[in-house]
Amino acid sequence: MIKVERLTKRYAGQTAIRDLSFEVNQGEIMGFLGPNGAGKSTTMRILAGFMPPTSGRATIAGFDVFAQSLQARMHLGYMPENVPLYGDMRVTEYLNYRAALKGVHHRRVAERVGDVKELCGLKDVEKKLIGTLSKGYRQRVGLADALLSEPDLLILDEPTIGLDPNQIRQVRELIKNLGKQHTILLSTHILPEVEMTCSRVVIIHKGQIEACDTPDNLLGKIRQAGGVVLEAKVGSDNGAEELKKIPGVREVVTESENAWKRFSLRVESGVDVREEVFRLATDRRWAVRELSQRRATLEDVFVELTHPDLV
Amino acid sequence: MRKFYTLLSREVRGYFYSPIAYIVLIFFLIISGIDFYFQVSFMNQRQVQYTVQEAFFNSVFFWFAFVLIFPLITMRLFAEEFKLGTIEPLTTAPVRDWQVVLSKFFGALIFYIVLWIPTIVYFWIFFRITNQPAAHSGGAYWGSYLLLLLLGMFYLSIGCLTSVLTKNQIIAAVVSFCAITLLFFLGLVQFILLDVSSTTRDLLGYFSAIEHMGTFSRGVIDTRPIVLYVSMTVVMLTLTYQAFQSRKWRL
Repeated sequence: MIKVERLTKRYAGQTAIRDLSFEVNQGEIMGFLGPNGAGKSTTMRILAGFMPPTSGRATIAGFDVFAQSLQARMHLGYMPENVPLYGDMRVTEYLNYRAALKGVHHRRVAERVGDVKELCGLKDVEKKLIGTLSKGYRQRVGLADALLSEPDLLILDEPTIGLDPNQIRQVRELIKNLGKQHTILLSTHILPEVEMTCSRVVIIHKGQIEACDTPDNLLGKIRQAGGVVLEAKVGSDNGAEELKKIPGVREVVTESENAWKRFSLRVESGVDVREEVFRLATDRRWAVRELSQRRATLEDVFVELTHPDLV
Repeated sequence: MRKFYTLLSREVRGYFYSPIAYIVLIFFLIISGIDFYFQVSFMNQRQVQYTVQEAFFNSVFFWFAFVLIFPLITMRLFAEEFKLGTIEPLTTAPVRDWQVVLSKFFGALIFYIVLWIPTIVYFWIFFRITNQPAAHSGGAYWGSYLLLLLLGMFYLSIGCLTSVLTKNQIIAAVVSFCAITLLFFLGLVQFILLDVSSTTRDLLGYFSAIEHMGTFSRGVIDTRPIVLYVSMTVVMLTLTYQAFQSRKWRL
């Protein structure tokens, strides 16, 4: 659905994205991750036809986003970052206007506008001026706008930014459902969201792709593939010394709290050492009050790829 | 075509959503009303060689109000969209750039025409009260309003161009005001520079909006100004279109 080849964008004096290549297949929900200023919005703006790349090319549904911009835009629902809207229009009026602009057949405008209002929970505010809406509702108007023409592809630039946790959950559900009929490219900072919704993830950093894979594969690849936490009363034992001898354990960090010690074990990926730890604790007659596994999250992947010093 | 109408209706409605439209309308009605009142009372006091309608369209008051309205009408056209960022959803919708440019121009032109409609009422009232026509012939009305339309097109297209070049409405207004005023006074230079050759003065005279109005308000339709204003409007709109497209490279 989207094909990006060696896309580069230079602004005066700086390179926003460099040699970006990736593909988004039909029916996929692709998460687009990266720290602030990594080039996410730039990439999305180029795909949406808002600005041309310096070099390289990108196609949407086979149409070049620059040379055949109009055809490419017909297949696209785009929700820009911060959702700029006309504050002097009312919600329904705005959506009617946008539907006509996007070439929705005039007999279907009322039906489509009704549908997207329903879908995005805009029924309560349909007669309000957009300028008086809260951030959350503005986001929803932007999302409703993107959905109006039932496009094959949705490009959503930070759709959940500025929403409260309930709204985030609603939007996440909505995106998941939309993924059944649409191809979606979405950028976000909220990593659990990506883990829950996206089938594939691209992580970009300083304008270059650091990783492009399914969330599960990414988790498997990173160095710090999770770990084990043990909280125990070890008496006269050192604890850390013994734990380190277990095969697969790389490092042990100890925190003391009165008689209790909390050990955070870093282990090699794919190894489960909990059984060994339990055996050790029973052998040594340690009193255990917690033994748990900490799963690596996409957050760990993100930090490792984009800010290795913090790992 | 439907997309163009959609854009156009949004533009026209956009005017009436903002207070600027009403302020311009009221300001313009007050000034043109005072102008009309003064012209009529002036004529009541002495013998003159021209009609009320000619006097109305050729007074200083009239021209003062005239050059001032264009920056007010056009300053928001593009500058506001750039400032609010709404240019992004607008240009990522499947619309062509020329549709955007033309809808903004014609939206401004429609508002400009609305501005003039009340002045027709003045002549009607004059006729009802005095039982005398305000002009020699119907052609004098047509001529005046035709020239207003032509001048309006040209000056509005200048306003479009200055608005597309910046995202600051004040800058757009000031630049277009200067450009329009300079152009307007170019035609007056022939009365100031008396020592220049007659050819130069004639040449400047061709650009003089005041001179054109003198001719048209007598009901004489001269094709030279028509060609001048229509072609200059096309030039300005082409430049606006080019500047609008160049935003992509300036980003």
